[in-house]
Amino acid sequence: MKRLPLLLLSFCLLLAACAPQATPTPTGPQTLTIMTHDSFAVSEDIVKAFEQANNAKIVFLQSGDAGAVLNKAILTKDAPLADLLFGVDNTFLSRALAANIFEVYASPELENIPAAFKLDASNHALPVDYGDVCINYDKDYFTDKNLPVPQSLEELTKPKYAGLLVVENPATSSTGLAFLLATIAHYGDSFTDYWRALKENGVVVVDGWETAYYTNFSGSSGHGPQPMVVSYRTSPAAEVIFADPPVTDAPTASIDSAGSCFRQIEFVGILKGTQNRNLAEKFIDFMLGQQFQEDMPLQMFVLPVNPNTFVPLEFNEYMRNSIQPATLSPDVIAANRDEWIQAWTDVVLK
Amino acid sequence: MESMNKLRVFAPPWLVRVSFWILPLTFLAIFFFLPLSRILALTFDISAFGPDNFRIAGSALRFTFYQAFLSTFLTLLLGLPSAYLFARYNFRGKSILRALTAVPFMLPTVVVAAGFSALLGPRGLTHALFPLSSFQFIGTLPAILIAHVFYNTTIIIRIVGIALSSLDPKLEHAARSLGADTFHVWKDVTLPLLRPSIFAATLLVFLFDFTSFGVILLLGGSQFSTIEVEIYLQAVRQLNLPAAALLAIIQLICTLIFSILYTRITSRSITQLAPRSMLIKPQTLKQKLFVTLFCILLSTFFLLPLSSLPIRSLFRLEADRGQRGKVQYGFTTDYYTELFINRRGSVFYVPPIQATLNSLGYAGATVVLSLLLGYPAAIALAKPTRLERILDPLIMLPLGSSAVMLGLGFIITYGKWLTSPWLVPFAHTLVALPFVIRTLQPAIASIPQRLRQAASSLGASPSEVWKQIDFPILRRATLAAGTFAFTISLGEFGATLLIARPEYPTVPLAIERFLSQPGGLNYGQSMAMATILMLLAMVGMLTIEKFRLPNTGEF
Repeated sequence: MKRLPLLLLSFCLLLAACAPQATPTPTGPQTLTIMTHDSFAVSEDIVKAFEQANNAKIVFLQSGDAGAVLNKAILTKDAPLADLLFGVDNTFLSRALAANIFEVYASPELENIPAAFKLDASNHALPVDYGDVCINYDKDYFTDKNLPVPQSLEELTKPKYAGLLVVENPATSSTGLAFLLATIAHYGDSFTDYWRALKENGVVVVDGWETAYYTNFSGSSGHGPQPMVVSYRTSPAAEVIFADPPVTDAPTASIDSAGSCFRQIEFVGILKGTQNRNLAEKFIDFMLGQQFQEDMPLQMFVLPVNPNTFVPLEFNEYMRNSIQPATLSPDVIAANRDEWIQAWTDVVLK
Repeated sequence: MESMNKLRVFAPPWLVRVSFWILPLTFLAIFFFLPLSRILALTFDISAFGPDNFRIAGSALRFTFYQAFLSTFLTLLLGLPSAYLFARYNFRGKSILRALTAVPFMLPTVVVAAGFSALLGPRGLTHALFPLSSFQFIGTLPAILIAHVFYNTTIIIRIVGIALSSLDPKLEHAARSLGADTFHVWKDVTLPLLRPSIFAATLLVFLFDFTSFGVILLLGGSQFSTIEVEIYLQAVRQLNLPAAALLAIIQLICTLIFSILYTRITSRSITQLAPRSMLIKPQTLKQKLFVTLFCILLSTFFLLPLSSLPIRSLFRLEADRGQRGKVQYGFTTDYYTELFINRRGSVFYVPPIQATLNSLGYAGATVVLSLLLGYPAAIALAKPTRLERILDPLIMLPLGSSAVMLGLGFIITYGKWLTSPWLVPFAHTLVALPFVIRTLQPAIASIPQRLRQAASSLGASPSEVWKQIDFPILRRATLAAGTFAFTISLGEFGATLLIARPEYPTVPLAIERFLSQPGGLNYGQSMAMATILMLLAMVGMLTIEKFRLPNTGEF
């Protein structure tokens, strides 16, 4: 076994040799690494344009869902894997700030962004996009059955809607957590009573959005059993954009009455210890700038925080009403999240 | 072993032993023990011993054992007769049926869930046949159990199948001519001879069920939680790493206990087999009945849920109510043609051919790597000394360790190297290695030493002995081991271990990408991609099976 350490060493060297060059050469392009979640997407041409304008090479590290990504960033805080982290949302924001993983950057682009999005006044984490988690419904189901569409959270507990709603487990899904937070914002501490009533009315719980939307929801191509699903306010627009064959109207719509949706805001921050601070700043300005903000809706089905951006027609069509989403401060969420999820689990799953 | 004899001339036996272990152990040290111990050391602390954590661990442990025992039992129930079917009988469509049973092993859980719900869901086939039945499938314990059987039957078929097909049928004939009936032949002759391979297969199936994650989350729904699910919840959702570390350690200890028990049991029962086999066409009524019945059973069980994927990728099943009469529904190739268009100009667009080539490349590298590392270990384990009895249980640990924690361990240990595509086959090999070793080991141990000695004393050259005796047994086992490595890699079992690399996306990754956004086109394309993965798997396995044909004389 004496040869083991030697072999180990040579193996490591071999690996090191295979690994791509991490250190930038002075003449070649500078590499900027952006750590993000699996749902991140962006158009190739605008990334190329940024790379050319700044003599940079952009690498995206996609490492799981938003929770997993934040976890990895916190674990590697002493030797960061990336220069930037995108995708921390308002439900995780306090945890990210408490772990102290970001550097301060007051981007000049921030002045275009409404104050309501700037949840971190210290500018460690900068808002990039938002999306409202709302109940989507299968329009045909309600027309066929001659059933009025429920207009509030309260109505969902009525017997005529028994067994018609599928939600995601807030312990495993950020969409599910957002909807739970909407009910907490609305009912306060008595949210457990509301969920008990929903449970008695046959609410169906699944692990995540993909299962809820494609396996359980009747309005999607999966043609499941439930005509109502917790999804996004942008989903009906996506149903039109990704329809096959093309359709003139979305098969689904959102219930967006006051307080029934929860607003998720996603943030970007420069990771402490970056060697590319200048380039990282430029990339943040780029993300908050018009070009990237206009690219997001069709790539990730989220909305730009910069109100001066053009949004695709389909989005405006299906989100005509102004909306009053439920909100909770990130500090309150961080302080209570585990208790709330546990209370929810005890009521709904036990 | 031949190589051992040769080496013995130059080196003392213990050194030969140690040299067999150097490669596999170095590999495990670098890719398993180092990252795992680093993450556990970093996250585990005294706060893990809270009463809450023990309550969580207790209830998760109970359910984990319960479902794993039930699943393993049911898998054996279907797997053993199926192994017998494939090992003993020749019939039309055998290769395809056998390849079919291995397809689920590499499909992402989301796709399998879609397949099952297309069949058993409220708008599924079962409902169409029995319109009044109102039964819930997804979200129940039977859904978990059936999915586990669906995934793991192939393990029994392959591992027990090799042992069965290398079993000298003359032994059974002798027993029968001495007056034993079919039941006694099985109980007193066949089963005892098969014991090592049955134990090996059972252990692998049990460990897979024990650490089950995707199946529990997707098909079981939210009320069921295994240790692995709980580790994920604690580590990724609640960011409670000490609790996750405690659970990971408990799971690791359980795995170690199973592996030690396995080593104890199997070390007592090495059987030497004759390197020949006999495949027959079903002749008697009983045989014909058995073959027909099991062919129908297997093709129903495997084909029905799987067939919904190609169907959904080629047909629009129904038009939406508002659009009825306006749009065409029925046959379409749109989902496939769309795969080739980067409609949104996304950086992360995955061209299907590129994804297929990437998947195949990784799978090929995994096969070579895991055979290279697995062979020496299996040779050493086939004739265990004290060293092997200590090392043997360690081989199984990667299967029983938490993928979530190991993934975090990779992050803190290898940091920026994680972007290297070279790491992917290594991660896949980590999962494939226990399978490769457990497949090769019983086969190597079964090589009859007396026959070899007799052959050499009659003047056969070492290479002749190898060709006539070792090779026929080893070829079959090597093919089975290679198939395991191939399917494990295609199915991306290691995907959670590492950061996904957008530059080299694989087919399972492409499926997930499509399913993560709403819209009929996305759904159709994910089904098309899943169909491509299925075809890839079938073609791959049928190709591997072709290798067994030349100069075997068994067909």
